[in-house]
Amino acid sequence: MYAVRLWSVRHARGLNAFYRRFEATLLSLNGVFRALGYERLERPTAAVERVVKGLLFDCRMCGQCVLSSTGMSCPMNCPKTLRNGPCGGVRADGNCEVEPQMRCVWVEAYRGSERIPGGTAAMREVQFSVDHRREGRSSWLRLVREKSAP
Amino acid sequence: MKFEDEPVPGYPLPILPGHTSPGRFERVLRAGGFAVTTELAPPDSADPGEVYQRARVFDGYVDAINATDGSGANCHMSSLAVCALLTRVGYAPIMQISCRDRNRIAIQGDILGAAAMGVCNLLCLTGDGVQAGDHPEAKPVFDLDSVSLLSIARVLRDDHHFESGRRISCAPRVFLGAAENPSSPPLAWRAQRLAKKVAAGAQFIQTQYCYDLPLLRGFLQQVEALGLFDKVFILVGVGPLRSAKAADWMRRHVPGMDVPDAVIERLKGAQDQAREGRNICVELIQSIREIRGVSGVHIMAYRQEESVAEIVDRSGILQGRMPWYPQRDAPYPSQRTAS
Repeated sequence: MYAVRLWSVRHARGLNAFYRRFEATLLSLNGVFRALGYERLERPTAAVERVVKGLLFDCRMCGQCVLSSTGMSCPMNCPKTLRNGPCGGVRADGNCEVEPQMRCVWVEAYRGSERIPGGTAAMREVQFSVDHRREGRSSWLRLVREKSAP
Repeated sequence: MKFEDEPVPGYPLPILPGHTSPGRFERVLRAGGFAVTTELAPPDSADPGEVYQRARVFDGYVDAINATDGSGANCHMSSLAVCALLTRVGYAPIMQISCRDRNRIAIQGDILGAAAMGVCNLLCLTGDGVQAGDHPEAKPVFDLDSVSLLSIARVLRDDHHFESGRRISCAPRVFLGAAENPSSPPLAWRAQRLAKKVAAGAQFIQTQYCYDLPLLRGFLQQVEALGLFDKVFILVGVGPLRSAKAADWMRRHVPGMDVPDAVIERLKGAQDQAREGRNICVELIQSIREIRGVSGVHIMAYRQEESVAEIVDRSGILQGRMPWYPQRDAPYPSQRTAS
């Protein structure tokens, strides 16, 4: 929901702090996930992720979440799905070129990033385009898998 | 087989040490020249003659010609085809690539194809949204964004492989560019975004129209503070405004275009508004040239292409230099078109 999405950016600091703890918990559960089987967990986890992140961020389930590097403003809500900053078409009032009623997700992202420790540095990193095979899959599980890999 | 009336292909120049392309545009910039580029609007036609006709008005006045890629999301002849036609006779086109209409498979193929046809310069753009053009019902692709596109092109050139990792046998020798819009929010972050493009591979930048000099200066100071003046050539976008009404329409309808009220007022007060538009453009160019860190201007004169020659002439930016064009070194050069 649009209003909740804007709320999330305003509370980027708190949400990021919460997510850090959440991520640590997830990582500690790697053994459990492995025992249960990552593939078996995929669908229920993705379903939970879709509901939670959908509510907070209008998440589009790209499967490779970068919210922590974009000030809790989901770049997939950009009509051009830009992942490296705003296009040159942002309106003078900071709204989107394509959808004039919507704030540019990148104008919001910069605001949010200033509220997160290290957020502005993360914004400077070049992000490559999304891998469309990951669409609809859980970003959380992928992260635990990748970070726990030897 | 060779026919008698075949066009003379543009012979590639040798690649100088420290250069990435065999193109003249890179040579002009690296030699410290103040470069002049312009924009060719591809025709709504399948006639190659129209492309040459549109290029000819710039002869002797510009170092490179941008071929737009469905600009404003409107359908026209493709930029790849326009560039292939232009290189046949030796022009130095800058091929614009937009991410709106093609995915990474098509774009990488086009980069190889363009380089094979003698294209030495690419301008990597995100592209306007489809809602801005004549096919608002089309599917917007945006598989890549401008930054990813730059890094893909750089990998093709420097690492000799596709994004997939598959090797290519001959790398495209291209000079890579990107766009930036200093007047679009979030203003404080525009220089950072440019830094990101440079990190991804941009070697030159062509900006959106800049009518607001203080804003441009502020932007360039930020760019300098990030240490980018040594890493990228910046060409500032300018262009003649036809009338106060046209300028007002453009700032309301062209994505990312900003024209300050003062400029519109000045146009309104003039008797010949089109002429005043050209005057403003000439004055702008003369001021822009004095700003540190600017390596050239990009003159966009949509539907007034014939005014580019006059603007370049009057602003005196070429300082007696005459950029190459197909007939320049012929024994009897044809007459230049501007007065």
